[in-house]
Amino acid sequence: MALRHKKTAAVEESINESFKNLPDDELFTFAGFDEAAAEKTGYSDYSYWRSTFQVFLKDRVAVSLLILIGIILLFAFLQPHLPGQRSATQIYNDASGMQIRNLPPNAEFWFGTNSIGQDLWSRVWSGTRTSLLIGFAVALSEAVLGILMGVLWGYIRRLDRLFTEIYNVLDNIPQTIILILFSYIMRPSVSTLIIAMCLTGWLDMARFIRNQILIIRDRDYNLASRCLGTPSRRIILRNLLPYLVSVIMLRMALAIPAAIGNEVFLTYIGLGLPVSIPSLGNLINEGRVLMTSAALRYQLFFPAIALSVVTISFYIIGNAFADASDPKNHI
Amino acid sequence: MLKYAAKRLIQSLVTLVIIITIVFSLLRLMPVEGYFQNFDKLDKNQIHAALLSMGLLDPLPVQLKNFFVQLLHGSLGNSLIYRPNVPVLDIIADKAPVSIFMGLASMAIALLLGLPLGTAMARSKAKFWDKFGTAFIVFVTAVPAAVYYLLIQVYFTDWLGLPILFSESDPVSWILPTVSLSLGNIAYYAMWLRRYMVDELNKDYIRLARAKGVDSKTIMKKHVFRNAFVPMVQYLPTSLLYTIAGSIYIESLYSVPGMGGLLVNVIQRQDNNMVQALVLIYSAIGIVGLLFGDILMNLMDPRISFEKKGGAR
Repeated sequence: MALRHKKTAAVEESINESFKNLPDDELFTFAGFDEAAAEKTGYSDYSYWRSTFQVFLKDRVAVSLLILIGIILLFAFLQPHLPGQRSATQIYNDASGMQIRNLPPNAEFWFGTNSIGQDLWSRVWSGTRTSLLIGFAVALSEAVLGILMGVLWGYIRRLDRLFTEIYNVLDNIPQTIILILFSYIMRPSVSTLIIAMCLTGWLDMARFIRNQILIIRDRDYNLASRCLGTPSRRIILRNLLPYLVSVIMLRMALAIPAAIGNEVFLTYIGLGLPVSIPSLGNLINEGRVLMTSAALRYQLFFPAIALSVVTISFYIIGNAFADASDPKNHI
Repeated sequence: MLKYAAKRLIQSLVTLVIIITIVFSLLRLMPVEGYFQNFDKLDKNQIHAALLSMGLLDPLPVQLKNFFVQLLHGSLGNSLIYRPNVPVLDIIADKAPVSIFMGLASMAIALLLGLPLGTAMARSKAKFWDKFGTAFIVFVTAVPAAVYYLLIQVYFTDWLGLPILFSESDPVSWILPTVSLSLGNIAYYAMWLRRYMVDELNKDYIRLARAKGVDSKTIMKKHVFRNAFVPMVQYLPTSLLYTIAGSIYIESLYSVPGMGGLLVNVIQRQDNNMVQALVLIYSAIGIVGLLFGDILMNLMDPRISFEKKGGAR
């Protein structure tokens, strides 16, 4: 104890010593009171979306995949209008009038031809177009419907019991029944498929939003808003939803690969699009039939690669964007 | 706890009745053509007679009442089209064991591989295992299962010289379907365990344990893993019970005689009794699994209580 006391005394002395040697202008002085300066407040040019993009652009993998997806999207929609491209549904014959069946990839047919002589290259692009369309449409409508219902479910206490019950019921009705009923009422087409997927798909989104809203609904800042008489609409739009942007973005980005995968599943059980509309699900299904013969596996391979590239890209971009849009990761 | 469980069970019963009523009514909206394979060749009287014998011409409430009366007598009825006049329960008892066995095996594999993978990922942030695991998880979750199941079947049967089709007597033919089935769950377990463990590792009590000089193996085992596993326990009963449903892809690819795709199949063939029975069983499993999950979570972590409403949050 005594030793420590001695040590602190020594340190104190040396500090005092060094202060004595300091020039006058390095020592503290009283500041004058300036009324104009007191009016100035802190200002930061922080912008949520700019910071989000700044953080996102730092993720090199995600950015390169975003560029890749951009190119794929552009090409998928330009491809039919480019010169020298074949039609996705036309059957090609050789000089003697025979269908060019199961031709392996070569200089003329880049991805080869399928079992009835259609050009696989343009079919894969056409299928990618269909699948992306389905993916975007489903993700968008799921988000709109899911957020709306989720907010109501989570924010309005009186509705919670009722909505939970409705969710339990709807969640247990097999999607297949709804799909079959739907394709019975409407013809099988891209829009039928999209509507049927949305009918069941928004449930997950709604439950997710509801759980998130339950967590932040009664935080102090929302309580304060409510006490100050802020209308519910404003609390939801200004306090709750911005908080959820990152998770909603993630969900939406993941909904795209999920919808594309769902299309593959529906085609697999025979409820997908008719063969005349190429989609990645259709193409994979056609390729599956032929996979036992090693020489024909390219017909499964090309659509499978196209599908994987698209779904993996969206998955990674979605995750990176969700990370970037979380303000905790902003500088 | 018991009171809570009883209350939940009664609530679930009501939910089940509502579900089955809705599905029952939806099934009655299906097109009449679907009940017959040779609809065009039949004349009106034959169709009328067949519909009458299936009881489809009664008003909906009467049909519904008959169904519930039958259900209370403990019978789910006979299959109408899938395997005519065979009791539904017999068909399920015939098919379920293969699916359950394969599902259990794949769950065991998933737990044995997924949990260590998740732990390794949490321990080596941004090193090899984390990168490898992330790549694996991204692939398995992003690419539709149908695609990689197909590729596995095409290539691994060649490379490893395994049989393409499943046969019950040949244990080697079990390997590929079971392993493929477990891939999704491995990724799922690894992903969530990593996430929960990383959350747990950042907590103050772990820092205190480290400061006290507890070695990191004990910290991992006794504190981090045990706490991180609690939220995952909730899903175990459901996935355990759902092994009965089988996987439609795996079972049709390897022609396993299990339950996978049975529901889809009977819906497409409009075998109403089968559909009702299966929907009833699956939803009951879903509801009971959730309840078991909550109870299990409470046993693992006594701090979680269901009896009283949570605090202010």
